[in-house]
Amino acid sequence: MPVLRYVTPEESMRLYRRRLEIAGYLALALLLLLCVRLVWLQVIQYEHYHTLAENNRIALIPAPPTRGAIYDRNGVVLASNDATFTLEITPHKVGDITGVLTQLSALVELTPADIRRFKRRLAESKGFESVILRTHLTDAEVARLAVNRYRFPGVEVRARQFRQYPYAAVMAHVVGYLGRISQQDKQQLEIEGSAANYRGTEYIGKAGVEARYERWLHGRTGVEKVEIDSSGRAVRILSRTPPAPGYSIYLHLDAGLQQLATEVFGNYRGALVALDPRNGGVLALVSKPSFDPNLFLDSIDRSTWALLNHPQERPLINRALRGVYPPGSTIKPFMALAGLELGLITPDDSIVDVGYFSLPGSSHRYRDWKRDGHGVVDLKRSIAVSCDTYYYRLAHQMGIEQMHRFLSQFGFGRKTGVDLDGELAGLVPNPEWKRRRFNQPWWPGETIIAGIGQGYMLATPMQLAVATMALANDGVVYQPQLLRAWQDPVTGRMHYAAPRILGRIPLKPENLEVVKQAMVEVTLPGGTAAAAGAGALYAFAGKTGTAQVIGIKQGERYDERRIAAQHRDHALFIAFAPADAPRIAVAVMVENGGSGSGTAAPIARKVIDYWLLGKRPDQTAPIVVPEDEEREDSGLVLEPSESAVSLDESRHAF
Amino acid sequence: MHFERLRHQIVLHLDLPLVGLLSLLLLVSVGTVYSASEASLERLFAHLTNIAVAFIALILASQIPPQRLLQFTPLVYGGGVLLLVGVALFGEVVNGARRWLDLGVTRIQPSELMRIAVPLMLAWYLHQRQESLRPLDYAVAIGLLLLPVVLIYRQPDLGTAVLITASGFFVLYLGGLSWRVLASVAVLAVIAAPFAWHFLHDYQRRRILTLLDPFADPLGDGYHIIQSTIAVGSGGVTGKGWMDGTQTHLDFLPERSTDFIFAVYAEEFGLIGSLLLLLLYAAIVYRGLTLAARAPTLYGRLVAAALVLTFFTYAFVNMGMVSGILPVVGVPLPLVSYGGTSMVTVLFGFGIVMSVATHKRLVKT
Repeated sequence: MPVLRYVTPEESMRLYRRRLEIAGYLALALLLLLCVRLVWLQVIQYEHYHTLAENNRIALIPAPPTRGAIYDRNGVVLASNDATFTLEITPHKVGDITGVLTQLSALVELTPADIRRFKRRLAESKGFESVILRTHLTDAEVARLAVNRYRFPGVEVRARQFRQYPYAAVMAHVVGYLGRISQQDKQQLEIEGSAANYRGTEYIGKAGVEARYERWLHGRTGVEKVEIDSSGRAVRILSRTPPAPGYSIYLHLDAGLQQLATEVFGNYRGALVALDPRNGGVLALVSKPSFDPNLFLDSIDRSTWALLNHPQERPLINRALRGVYPPGSTIKPFMALAGLELGLITPDDSIVDVGYFSLPGSSHRYRDWKRDGHGVVDLKRSIAVSCDTYYYRLAHQMGIEQMHRFLSQFGFGRKTGVDLDGELAGLVPNPEWKRRRFNQPWWPGETIIAGIGQGYMLATPMQLAVATMALANDGVVYQPQLLRAWQDPVTGRMHYAAPRILGRIPLKPENLEVVKQAMVEVTLPGGTAAAAGAGALYAFAGKTGTAQVIGIKQGERYDERRIAAQHRDHALFIAFAPADAPRIAVAVMVENGGSGSGTAAPIARKVIDYWLLGKRPDQTAPIVVPEDEEREDSGLVLEPSESAVSLDESRHAF
Repeated sequence: MHFERLRHQIVLHLDLPLVGLLSLLLLVSVGTVYSASEASLERLFAHLTNIAVAFIALILASQIPPQRLLQFTPLVYGGGVLLLVGVALFGEVVNGARRWLDLGVTRIQPSELMRIAVPLMLAWYLHQRQESLRPLDYAVAIGLLLLPVVLIYRQPDLGTAVLITASGFFVLYLGGLSWRVLASVAVLAVIAAPFAWHFLHDYQRRRILTLLDPFADPLGDGYHIIQSTIAVGSGGVTGKGWMDGTQTHLDFLPERSTDFIFAVYAEEFGLIGSLLLLLLYAAIVYRGLTLAARAPTLYGRLVAAALVLTFFTYAFVNMGMVSGILPVVGVPLPLVSYGGTSMVTVLFGFGIVMSVATHKRLVKT
């Protein structure tokens, strides 16, 4: 090791200064390193850190909107929101839930059903969500809970709104119901791009008007931008976009009429549709059996669910839209009109009905429902007495293609476009369809039975009502519509839905007149619905129908008493009134009801009596109906507004 | 004249440019501490009191003639080491570390004293041996450095131990330790690093790992560094404005008036403010080193330069830690962080710097 030589002060000073300089530059370099780091953080990565800081401090709390109410045409509430205090438990904050339940039961009434429901919800819930234990707490209960709050961490009293359906089963198939937003719903909302609008919303329209007009009813979710500290506590509200409540919806439906129609339908299965022939408004829509939509707001227990899915009853099926039935004899007025329009027959042409029709060169007999025949039958009589032979013959003359074309104009075989989901299209057969469907040629005999609405042809009660309406209003096919108006809850402004015309059928007035008169004769003495039409204070046009459920063998007689209830014929009736200026068109379909004249026609009569006369079936004298301008008005009720166009652009318009 | 002499001392023993720069930095400190403490007047007054006390310490230190300081250096050092031994034997355990010694009257943290005593002692030793420096002398000096460092390391207080080592190293470096030794120490350090890993405590290892990947444990070890880089980064170029830092005021930033105060400052004043602060530190260091070079004795030069470089090291380590380029070590930002001990120590050090630079004529060379 070299011994360091003596260092002079000058040398020492030079060395010191050099080293000091080096240290200075090193310090400078380190400072520059810091500068670079700061530029990196504060300039280049600024956006990133800015976002992180904002995420740190800001929480967005959704404020779900109040759902719009649903009213009938007169403002009667069909669906509303019921604000209530609920008792809720957040499971993960509560250790011993059973113990807490015991303690709580000293403060509030907890029925075994409440506990059962709670346990079920608890099993379905995620631990951090609060689970409802009781709803509709009384003020006294709320007060008691408030005082004892400190004892129950994780137990909360909350104000919630529940959907309520005061008419319950009566309106279930129209109004529909809400249910919890499912995974599928979420995906759908994602696709629509409205998932954000549903943050904080728990329920969504699952059926009926609630589903169809979900977008209007729901409203716009507001948001509270809240500044939070590191422990997640809200420090202050930065900004608040209040939720915009959903639109209220007014239906064409008349709650009174609907209620009455439901009552007079009795315990039959089936459907009734009443339309306003002046605009297509749905005045009543009954599907039996029905169900209580209030059930769906809560989780449904197993036994109720089994009932709702009973294989024969199937209360969840809206038979007015999804029940497809052979139209039976109710097709005859349309067939007659087709014959007149196509020039195949005149009102005065008559046939002699011996009780059956046979194709030329065939011995097969197409039997009339009246075994011995109706004798001499002209057009009017053919409808009034529902002569099958007349229509076998007419169908043969017309051929299936012409029949298909003509009937299709009335909306058969195609969805009516009513503003409810799940509608079926029914079927008007033609040879091409049969080839596609069965890869078989069309047999002439199939044309014959199609003439009386049997065979392949299928129609929904809604389609029958639409066709009847088109007949009533001289060929205007309106799209049936539940929505009459919607109201902006903030401005209170009403927007009226414009009637939609799907088509105008070119029909000669004199032909229409004949058919209409014939339909009036149906309800007059001598007609098939004479009993149901007795004493009507207006011109009551109708047509009975009976649709076979099981085939009757050649030469066998139909005997209702020998046939099991579910194999009895379906009873049908279509009607409109007053015949000269129709204000209501009705289609009634009673499953296994037996005969149209005996079961379906009286139902239609009562419905029309109520609508035109304000008369309830149990009253001898007409009741005084509250002055309702719409009923007297001749179609000017609905002022089409500009917004009406945008309301339903998703559906095609004619 | 007595009066003249008095004024002469007060004004001249204080280097006015440096006093001005330090005052500017303290002004920044007052504003930032006020913001970081949620406008707490109580905290503000405490901070102002600390500053006043520290300024008195500065003025007193600058009055001490360097030769007097030179005389007392072994005493201060020896006393400090004794206190450290006392800490090791009787010290109070706070937060898992034995750093404080209860003297009955007051509690002291002897490692703070050593921040100044160690460079003084090494400078004293080299000063004594300046006529005939031998390698053995450096070895003795290194021994003098390592004795207190080991004691402090065992408290454990790695941060202080490392920084005191640095201050001692500055003295040796400026005192002429040969480049060969410096280079071999550097090489040894690199080789020893993996072995040193074994001697580190778990929390120390975690701090280093955290630096490499703060998001490995974002709510645990990584929390401090993540939140402070967010604060710094989200300040952007212009900053969020004084008292408007969201990270600071919503309690996301930990230890915001002490070790992490630079994050508060950077968040509220942005890049422009940060660069100005760096400039201020650079100016103080420049001025300090200029004064050091002016000192007439080797002792003065070594002490002054080592104190200034240590000051810089503290500032750099703190800002490097807050901005996420150095591991988290408990080092305050000198003269900005809230805290009386550090404030007094640093300003006392600057008092010594001014003293050795201004007491020219009173020292014989």
